[in-house]
Amino acid sequence: MSAAGRETLIRHLGSRAWWQRYGASLRYALHAIVRPFDGFWDLTRERRGSMAAANTIVLLAMLTRVLSLQYTSFLFMRVNWARVNVFTEMLAILLPILIWCVANWSLTTLFEGKGRMPDIYMGTAYALTPYVLIQLPLILLSNVVTVEEGAIYSVLSSISLIWCGFLIVVAMMMIHDYTLGKTLAFMVMSLFGMLVIVFLMMLFFSLISDGIAYLVSLYKELTFRLY
Amino acid sequence: MRSHHRGIGEDGKARMAAALLACLLLACLLTPAAAQVGYEYQYSYTYDYWGYIRHAPDAYRVRAVFNAGDLGLTTPLLTPSSLFMKGERLYLVDSGNHRVLQLVKDGKGFRLEREITGFSDGAAGSTLRSPSDVFVTDSGELFICDTGNERVVKLDPDLNLLLTLTKPTDETFDQRLAFLPTRVVADATGRAFVLARNVNKGLAKFERDGAFTGFIGAMPVSYSLTDQIWRLLSTRQQRDQQASFVPTEFDNIFIDARGFIYSVTTTFQEYDLLWDNARPIRKLNALGDDILVKNGEFPPIGDVDWGVAAGYSGPARFSDITVLDNEVYVALDKVRGRLFGYDDQGRNLFIFGGSGNMAGYFRGAASIERDGYELLVLDSLEGSVTVFEPTEYGRLIYLATEQYQRGEYALSAESWRRVLQLNGNFELAYIGVGRALLRGEQYEEAMRYFKLANDERNYSKAFQEQRKIWVERNITWLFALVVLVLVVPMAVGRIRKIRRELGEA
Repeated sequence: MSAAGRETLIRHLGSRAWWQRYGASLRYALHAIVRPFDGFWDLTRERRGSMAAANTIVLLAMLTRVLSLQYTSFLFMRVNWARVNVFTEMLAILLPILIWCVANWSLTTLFEGKGRMPDIYMGTAYALTPYVLIQLPLILLSNVVTVEEGAIYSVLSSISLIWCGFLIVVAMMMIHDYTLGKTLAFMVMSLFGMLVIVFLMMLFFSLISDGIAYLVSLYKELTFRLY
Repeated sequence: MRSHHRGIGEDGKARMAAALLACLLLACLLTPAAAQVGYEYQYSYTYDYWGYIRHAPDAYRVRAVFNAGDLGLTTPLLTPSSLFMKGERLYLVDSGNHRVLQLVKDGKGFRLEREITGFSDGAAGSTLRSPSDVFVTDSGELFICDTGNERVVKLDPDLNLLLTLTKPTDETFDQRLAFLPTRVVADATGRAFVLARNVNKGLAKFERDGAFTGFIGAMPVSYSLTDQIWRLLSTRQQRDQQASFVPTEFDNIFIDARGFIYSVTTTFQEYDLLWDNARPIRKLNALGDDILVKNGEFPPIGDVDWGVAAGYSGPARFSDITVLDNEVYVALDKVRGRLFGYDDQGRNLFIFGGSGNMAGYFRGAASIERDGYELLVLDSLEGSVTVFEPTEYGRLIYLATEQYQRGEYALSAESWRRVLQLNGNFELAYIGVGRALLRGEQYEEAMRYFKLANDERNYSKAFQEQRKIWVERNITWLFALVVLVLVVPMAVGRIRKIRRELGEA
């Protein structure tokens, strides 16, 4: 972080007004998820949301994921700890969101989408609120029910995901000012765009690693010759 | 240490002893712990909840290996195909030499009692040609699959012909095919079930009088979606030329003390195994339905995870199966020469054996039999029989299983605890201990054991009881909490309202 950036951050943290705006924008998430159409329209256009709150929600979602791995009763979540990397689990939430934002923006910006990249990110992040709100208490719930009563757990868990999915659709619709059909079409295309991005990234990494391997073997070969 | 040959000849014994002594000395120097065991280690393991291999102590060790020379025979065994144990007698079908060897227990080993090469058929004698299996009833009558002569013969204990089972003239049997019986079993009523090569309708059932009364246990025809698409695309001529979709054949059968027929099959698709569509091991009831219990984490299919290693690939292919009196069944994998033991609930108890030339390893594992708790394995390429005896660990597992079957739950838990002392990776033992704790109303402890074994059903049972106790103990606090959450805000709201009204007035 640059010196100027750090200064701004410190100024923010010191200012009472900034904290109030942050609190209000975070609380706005609760409003947006129950009245999504108005909520997501106002989120960016009326500047009701903030990037800080969006980041907080994404962080909370990552934290929820890790906490549920650790503390959900083994009746509902079997975790093979030998194979778990906490950072991978967190990236499993973060990376799809980032790639989604890039893919979605890249496509919608060509087709009259009104949203900028930060808007898309903010909308997606706010749409994850039900995941945090439902999955966190579910961790507690999972520890007081038996397998036979597990239907409650799975139903609530599904509700949280369906709700999130619905919110993302509405968020995209409002942010880009699209019709429902156009939104869905562009969301599907964005998913393909994500695949392309992942493919290119993998290609890039494999090429780079091949290149490095080539240089390493060249170096080894030379040292064998020289000694 | 693991280098002696199997089948110790008379002349080699002195040399063997010297070599053994040298090995022992060497082993003492290198690994004192290994030397104390006094027998060669097997490669033993089980699978855990995640399907990982967990190495285990040996449930069985080699007690003896014998071949034709050790029985005093001059001709070595040639492609022997089957073993059958009845009481004190072991029958060994030596197909290549057209004979059945009748051995009898003699001390710790076996002694040749009789060589069956033929039987008396009224006046004229008749000889066996490439026999492949034998079955002996409780009254001592023998059924022999005389494959080369396309018949199954039933003989009395003195080898007089009682009955000949030949190719059924029934229309359900394809008359163009030769009748090549390979396996035979009979139930207590004298009904014979015959497995014939290139017949895929199941087991041919012959009544006591030798009349063919149909097939049982036919496997349903299964063809995949791709097969169906191919069939749609091909012309009528092509379709006729294709091998018709036929049910798979059984490879071996075993009838247990209760009259259930256990069968193994090796014709299946790999991907069908883990979803339990292949069902390589089946337990058939009188109607031919598969009633094998499968309560384990994985169905009884042998190895759960298989790769390509040491020249072997693909899943286990069972060549034979045997069932102990405590309903534990052991299947023999001919690909890797391994033995897989499962309890009556279909849960894996032990896996051991392997491919190789050492004692306890096989090159052509063909047949398995049980003698009490001992296991006998026939190697058709080596022409030898390996006798396995259970170790302390194996005996404890059997003891715990049998005690549970008899309803002695506390004793069973005690045995499982002793198993755990020998093998802390054995999930079944944790469940065993947990179940006894559950019955003893020690719910918290039981939960701990069930969680270690990833047993969610039993854990839930224990948890439910524990939760009940907790609620009863803390009912005051729970009640107070409810009051705090529901009643207090209501009361506060009411008071405020009254105040406001008072203020307005």
